[in-house]
Amino acid sequence: MTAALTVRTEDVSVRFAGVPALDRLDLRLAPGKIHGLLGRNGSGKSTLAATLAGFRRPDEGRVLIEGGDLGAAQEPYENAVVTSRVCLIRESGDRPEAVPVKHAVGLAAALRPYWDADLAGELLDRFEVPLNKKIQKLSRGKKSALGVVLGLASRAPLTIFDESYLGMDVPSRNLFYDMLLADYAEVPRTIVLSTHLVSEVSAMLEEVVILDQGRLVTQSPVDALRGRGASIVGPAAAVDEFTAGFTVLAEERLGGTKSTTVLGDLDPALLAQATAAGLEIGQVGLQDLFVHLTGVKS
Amino acid sequence: MVFDDRSPIYLQIAEQIKNDIVTGALAEDEQVMSTNQYAAFYRINPATAAKGFAQLVDDGVLYKKRGIGMFVAPNARDLLRTGRRDSFFADVVDPMIREAKAIGIPLKDILQHIRSYGEA
Repeated sequence: MTAALTVRTEDVSVRFAGVPALDRLDLRLAPGKIHGLLGRNGSGKSTLAATLAGFRRPDEGRVLIEGGDLGAAQEPYENAVVTSRVCLIRESGDRPEAVPVKHAVGLAAALRPYWDADLAGELLDRFEVPLNKKIQKLSRGKKSALGVVLGLASRAPLTIFDESYLGMDVPSRNLFYDMLLADYAEVPRTIVLSTHLVSEVSAMLEEVVILDQGRLVTQSPVDALRGRGASIVGPAAAVDEFTAGFTVLAEERLGGTKSTTVLGDLDPALLAQATAAGLEIGQVGLQDLFVHLTGVKS
Repeated sequence: MVFDDRSPIYLQIAEQIKNDIVTGALAEDEQVMSTNQYAAFYRINPATAAKGFAQLVDDGVLYKKRGIGMFVAPNARDLLRTGRRDSFFADVVDPMIREAKAIGIPLKDILQHIRSYGEA
């Protein structure tokens, strides 16, 4: 029986040669949910994933992991009890390459307290990963698939996939999503999927953390973000008047017409007001909202 | 069913099931998929599916049988059809008339077209 873990970061900063990769990050990942960790390349996703998994120690602040059979909150860095329950799967693999696949599987089985050998066998079969082949001889897609197998079969109470599945082709990624959802339904645990391909995974997420330049842009239930962005189009003066009280994400002008993208809940009264003012309201999809929230300000 | 990213998925799930009930694809007292089956089938988060189903239970469209699953309420189809009838003219007919006016189709042509279906 796996018990999901809760993750907190308190004022966490990580710097590389003085440059902040994570900048005073405060967040809490609720137990038993599938969280999306979204951000552009270089936004700090991988640094955060590595810090949560105890692969590196924050320069400031602390990471606390609690719940399940861990009980009280503990820091993951150099803590074998915590790290055996936290599984981070990265593209690089973090494993010896000159050994056969079965060696990596045996190692994971020995180290992971909640390891499920039957699930591992089924997944290796489904992803067609050859047990006797050396890892270095595997294609990029098969290496990624091996990572996914080790991540799922570990049934770790906190499992983090750091873009590791992006090396797989579309059918294999779909198989990963299906197996992830099926096994999560059977054994609920805290799962973090980091990605910049928002549209592909967004339906599987319950919460999202959006990072930009090492800072937290927003943390929200993903369904609450859908429909939260709106584009207001019409005569410039009317658009400006209507959008005055909103957080403006982007503005575009074409002659006397202006299009402003805002973040906010447009209730029916506001919608009626906009229509009466001759404005057109369009809903902004999640991927576009993500681009606006993390893009270069225009 | 493809979910769009412009409105909450749980609402889209609720709409889809309501549609299936109105068209008769789901019969009254018929069992609906479990939230986990639904989540797996459409590749969505189980909590999102559960929220969509919970909304339908609140609306009286589905009912729960403990330990068995969820079923279409006996009066669900009537309930939904009544609701849609109330908004039919505003949601369906009015936009059609606006479009007809904009592109220059006389209302009498529309009436004629409707009459060609006979008295329904």
